[in-house]
Amino acid sequence: MSLASCAAPPVLQLQGLVKHYGRLRVSDDVWLDVAPGEIHALIGPNGAGKTTLIGQIAGEILSDSGRILLGGVDVTGERPHRRVHRGLARSFQITRLIGGFSALENVALCAQALDGSSFRFLAPVRRDAGLNATAIAALVETGLAERADIPAGRLSHGEKRQLELAMALVASPKLMVLDEPMAGLGKAETQAMIAVLRRLAGQAAILLVEHDMHAVFALADRISVLVEGRIIASGPPDAIRADTAVRAAYLGEEA
Amino acid sequence: MSASARHSLLPLLIGAGFVLVPLITGGDVYAVNLAIRIMCLAIAAIGLDLILGYGRLVSFGHAAFFGAGAYAVGILSTHGFTSAPLLIGAAILAGAALALPIGAVSLRTRGVYFIMITLAFGQMLFFTATSLSAYGGDDGLSLPARATFLGTDPFGSPLSFHYVVLALLALVYLGGRVLVASRFGRVLRAGGEDERRVIAAGFPITAYRLVAFVIAGGIAGLAGGLYAEFTEFVSPAYLSWQRSGEFIVMVVLGGTGSLHGAVLGAAGVVLLEEWLAEFTEHWRLIFGPLLVLAALAGRDGLARLLGRGKP
Repeated sequence: MSLASCAAPPVLQLQGLVKHYGRLRVSDDVWLDVAPGEIHALIGPNGAGKTTLIGQIAGEILSDSGRILLGGVDVTGERPHRRVHRGLARSFQITRLIGGFSALENVALCAQALDGSSFRFLAPVRRDAGLNATAIAALVETGLAERADIPAGRLSHGEKRQLELAMALVASPKLMVLDEPMAGLGKAETQAMIAVLRRLAGQAAILLVEHDMHAVFALADRISVLVEGRIIASGPPDAIRADTAVRAAYLGEEA
Repeated sequence: MSASARHSLLPLLIGAGFVLVPLITGGDVYAVNLAIRIMCLAIAAIGLDLILGYGRLVSFGHAAFFGAGAYAVGILSTHGFTSAPLLIGAAILAGAALALPIGAVSLRTRGVYFIMITLAFGQMLFFTATSLSAYGGDDGLSLPARATFLGTDPFGSPLSFHYVVLALLALVYLGGRVLVASRFGRVLRAGGEDERRVIAAGFPITAYRLVAFVIAGGIAGLAGGLYAEFTEFVSPAYLSWQRSGEFIVMVVLGGTGSLHGAVLGAAGVVLLEEWLAEFTEHWRLIFGPLLVLAALAGRDGLARLLGRGKP
């Protein structure tokens, strides 16, 4: 038996996920694995069901049938906040930050979620050295340390994207689900984000939903293509590039 | 002046003001009683500010918990209990115990629905109070005696009542400050800004809100209990939706999410009522539009607050 087959189970397994909205099948028997340490890109045209699928993985949308496993554990019926404690972190397509909190406090909030009970009513949390140190480390990783004290609402769009990443990262997740982290970024910012994600890949597996094909092909170990709620192809970038069904359904638009 | 300096200077000034009222007025009973009334209502408003100002949940049933505290004191008094710690403790407990099931149900909703359901619970309790025929029903009940403490009479004279309530107000205010700055407070505040974000960070936000709601209920119960001792009277009017509305107005008028703003708001509402009532018995006709204007003009206008209700 090879060493690989004894290795840890996939960090994420989707097994036949189905979700209907009325008569529309938004997720149609979706099967997908993300291996530890892998960057797995999920691409597909607008309306393919990517955002719904992320909602199902995160637990905000309950699936009609199928199973979701995180690190081999069935979490299909679990609430979103429980899944975070199983090693899932996510970012949002449209940045969601606590605008009135500083960048540091946003990250510290996420660190706090995984640092024991937050039903603590006495000690002032801003002076919690442990949380702050953890948060600073995550900000350093994403290149935002110098902006730690700026209210999140006043950061630039690109910085907000970096901050979201730091908030996902600080939880030391097994899997990060990133919903279009490059959306709205300029060319230089996109390059910087690609570099950061490449660096993070060693720490956590990433399920990357992204429209920027340059970024996808630069980063992904594997690519799955979602069209009308179905995975029509899954494999290494070169295979996907060559896949005729994919070219017809999707890449053809741009190639 | 920096924001943090303002944050500690203004509360000190307010506190000093309340300390000085009896001294400046030479213990004038009218003035001192007015101050006591303001402070009782301010305590309840601070409780509401925790969930409304920081949690951004517009509870329209806060008077129910205030009334629960008042009735706890009233009912126990008619049965011959006079120990102040017992009565006040019972008032806090009554407010908190009532807030637990009401919060557990109401917090399943958001935005306008949350306002409506807390209002509905408030009305339910209002009518329950009117049907308490053994305790005065519609007419309410008078307290047979004021509470005592170790042979002393803390609520006996306006002066000692004033300083007892002031001490409790300070305690609630400082407790609120500590709570808001704690780990728990951070989760509550973040949830007020973006609920989905806080859930995605890994917090079961409803549990945190429920605890805040129960704490706010307990604080309102304390305020109601003190108010019952103050007026030596309890009636269903304490639980009316108008009073719930007044609490909201106090918090919004004073500026949400600062705690001392709630105290200022309580003072503003009570003084405005008193002042307008001197001119006309239809003072509410003037009072209402004034409040609407204040809410619209204020940075934390109601509209903005309601807009935040959506997840």
